[in-house]
Amino acid sequence: MEEVNVTVTINGKKRSAKVEPRMLLTHFIRDSLSLTGTHIGCDTSQCGSCSVMVDGHVVKSCTLLAVQVDGSEIITVEGLGTVQNLHPMQKAFWEEHGLQCGYCTPGVMMAAIGLLQENLEPSDEEIREGLEGVICRCTGYQFIVSAVKHAAALMAEEKQVVGEGR
Amino acid sequence: MIPSKFDYVRAESVEHVVQLLQDSDGEGKIIAGGHSLLPLMKFRVTEPGKLIDISRIPELKGVRLERDRVIVGAMMTHREVAENPIIKEHIPVLSDAARLVGDIQIRNRGTIGGNIAHGDAVADLPAPALALDANLIISGEDGLDVINIDGFFLGPLITALPENSVVTSISFEIPPSNAKSAYLKYFHPATGYPVVGVAVVLGVNSDGLADYVRIGITGSGDVAYRAKSVEQELIGKPLTEDVITQASKLAADDGDIGSDLFASETYRRNLCSVYTRRAISSLLD
Ligand SMILES: Cc1cc2nc3c(=O)[nH]c(=O)nc-3n(C[C@H](O)[C@H](O)[C@H](O)COP(=O)(O)OP(=O)(O)OC[C@H]3O[C@@H](n4cnc5c(N)ncnc54)[C@H](O)[C@@H]3O)c2cc1C
Ligand code: FES
Ligand code: FES
Repeated sequence: MEEVNVTVTINGKKRSAKVEPRMLLTHFIRDSLSLTGTHIGCDTSQCGSCSVMVDGHVVKSCTLLAVQVDGSEIITVEGLGTVQNLHPMQKAFWEEHGLQCGYCTPGVMMAAIGLLQENLEPSDEEIREGLEGVICRCTGYQFIVSAVKHAAALMAEEKQVVGEGR
Repeated sequence: MIPSKFDYVRAESVEHVVQLLQDSDGEGKIIAGGHSLLPLMKFRVTEPGKLIDISRIPELKGVRLERDRVIVGAMMTHREVAENPIIKEHIPVLSDAARLVGDIQIRNRGTIGGNIAHGDAVADLPAPALALDANLIISGEDGLDVINIDGFFLGPLITALPENSVVTSISFEIPPSNAKSAYLKYFHPATGYPVVGVAVVLGVNSDGLADYVRIGITGSGDVAYRAKSVEQELIGKPLTEDVITQASKLAADDGDIGSDLFASETYRRNLCSVYTRRAISSLLD
């Protein structure tokens, strides 16, 4: 069982590592690339805390192999903003108290980015639907919905959901 | 949870997949979206020695019209199936069902080919596939083959797919122009899979009589099945409330339905009838 080389463009940077084919994408991101913002909650594709964008679509990285995404473009929560320069999504979660313990938050924000990519004016209903794949154990769902709504307004101003230059 | 060790190859073409399967001495397993296979591998319920990734083969993508049928590539994701304009126009019951699979993240990865080839008794798409008289287009050692969906599912996770072969596309019949359709699903509250899922395609002629009926039911039986007893009971009749209720009582007759830890046989049979009745009624104005 040979190790294989996996190369991805993650948050705009090209990164490679030699891994076993059985390595899950979450472990690749967290352990091989040292980006620990992506969390592992259930490890059974239920909770969504491991959600990342792969080639423009939000997916659960605990249910993917790193080799499956070789050559892909990945965005994790670290690709959104920095503490000095928060992404509107992060700013909105801050301002609307969209998190409590924060464990689910990276996944929730990536799922919300996936939603806003397609619909910058979601109704509460559409936000709830868009977040069907994430679970918040602290159950602060009302605040999460408000935060995503606020983020949509901030992003509509900036006309940018995610990408370079942030 | 980490799967057992395996080798991994990305297949370049359909012929390459068949070759790799043949060369693997039974150790090879196709991986499409991986959203049924990887969970099983993580629990080490299954431990294939070699994964053959078919996800980048261009010929497995796309949707096209061919006379009275719609041909859907096996690697189309649930999301793509739910959003495809050709599918929405001609066989909307398929996109309706695809939209109810798992959640957005799952629909972004899971594929129609994997959903059907896996043979999971609780998968959604077998129901619309049965109601649309689907044919599976298969490439294998002896070249091309076509297998009708009715009879493809042999038991839980057991199908009639020949060894060393790959489903390349699925061809669905376009129902007559007067037909309407619906997919109604009772979600398992924890897993989100269907406890029962009923797909109905129904045509009513100008005299108000049912002239086309196809019903596929998934979730409740050992395998998904065509509810032929209901179809026969309805055909040629006026669709009064009474006729629909009587016919729907036969909804479990063609399935192999038992009890499990989620639900008793009696409950499942009742649910099949209730959801069949509601799905049919939803199509009448
Ligand atoms: C959290 C979660 C929730 C889910 N909820 C639902 C739900 O509500 N309803 C539902 O229907 N499904 C649900 N699923 C399953 C999901 O739809 C799967 O993606 C799908 O059933 C399998 O497709 P896949 O592409 O992921 O197949 P894979 O996992 O890659 O493969 C599954 C099996 O099919 C074989 N296979 C795959 N493609 C082919 C092919 N083209 N030819 C021959 N063999 C092939 C593989 O060898 C393997 O044995 C859920 C999955 C998860 C993880
Ligand atoms: S850790 Fe991936 S979905 Fe929970
Ligand atoms: S904020 Fe604690 S799990 Fe969501």
